[in-house]
Amino acid sequence: MATTDMTIAPEADYDGFVKEEHHHDYAGDTLLGFWIYIMSDCILFATLFATYAVLGTGFAGGLTPKDLFDLNFVAVETALLLFSSFTFGMAMLGAQAKDESRLFKWLGVTFLLGLAFLCMEMYEFYHFSSEGADPTTSAYWSAFYALVATHGLHVFAGMCWMIILVVHIKRDGITEENHTRLACLSLFWHFLDIIWICVFSMVYLMGVM
Amino acid sequence: MSTSKTHGGAAHGSVKEYVWGLIWSVILTAIPFGLVMSGALDSGLTLVIILLCAIAQIFVQLVFFLHMNTSSEQSWNVVSGVFIVLITLIVVLGSIWIMQHLNHNMLMGH
Repeated sequence: MATTDMTIAPEADYDGFVKEEHHHDYAGDTLLGFWIYIMSDCILFATLFATYAVLGTGFAGGLTPKDLFDLNFVAVETALLLFSSFTFGMAMLGAQAKDESRLFKWLGVTFLLGLAFLCMEMYEFYHFSSEGADPTTSAYWSAFYALVATHGLHVFAGMCWMIILVVHIKRDGITEENHTRLACLSLFWHFLDIIWICVFSMVYLMGVM
Repeated sequence: MSTSKTHGGAAHGSVKEYVWGLIWSVILTAIPFGLVMSGALDSGLTLVIILLCAIAQIFVQLVFFLHMNTSSEQSWNVVSGVFIVLITLIVVLGSIWIMQHLNHNMLMGH
């Protein structure tokens, strides 16, 4: 008896394919699936933050964050990433308006901001290492590089993804599939900004206090 | 501009929403940076303000940039999010707790 409730008669023009609705669900399922991936990425960062917190005082008599961290430098890095999150939002609005040139313009700005962030981070790593704080110096610096570089690698992955999406959109236009891909990248990029909030609060600000 | 149309848990935003998100994020970033750089308050209070600003900014970005809300389309996103926050707290706070006790028992806690 209960199963009869589940049976839904097909539409009058049903021809064996579920066109519109299936497509819509596909985009929704993909986004939910990607959201769950991002949640699992949160656990990766949680373990790295836990490692950092546990090893936070293991300097082995070497340099401490107070000796090296420059908050002005970190403030610029933070601003770059925050504005890139905003410009990605503008790019998404361009995609929703099916305006390819607006989408590419804002996506380009986002890419450049991400690139500037990565360059600053690599300069920072180079600077710290040359001052005598490389990943092998102490437990603290191992944990620091593991955490901050994992975030940096994610930013790098996001930028590669942007390039690939631009190729896709140039070839096929802003199709439903490409829009879904863009929405996933948008989730990923905003997520990286949220992780950076935790990084600058726990690592940099608390590190110099 | 419509904000009601949703795409499987990812609602569409508007320029106004993103600008507000940006303004709030800048304010909530400037406060902790300003406090630490100037050293105006004692360290305990500064620590609390840093944490509060970070948590507030995470919520600001979830609402204004990721357009999360309590609508039924997003219930699975919210449920998985709450679950992950729980796991994160267990991993981070549990690790700190266990390792502090371990250090204490091994007489390395100083």
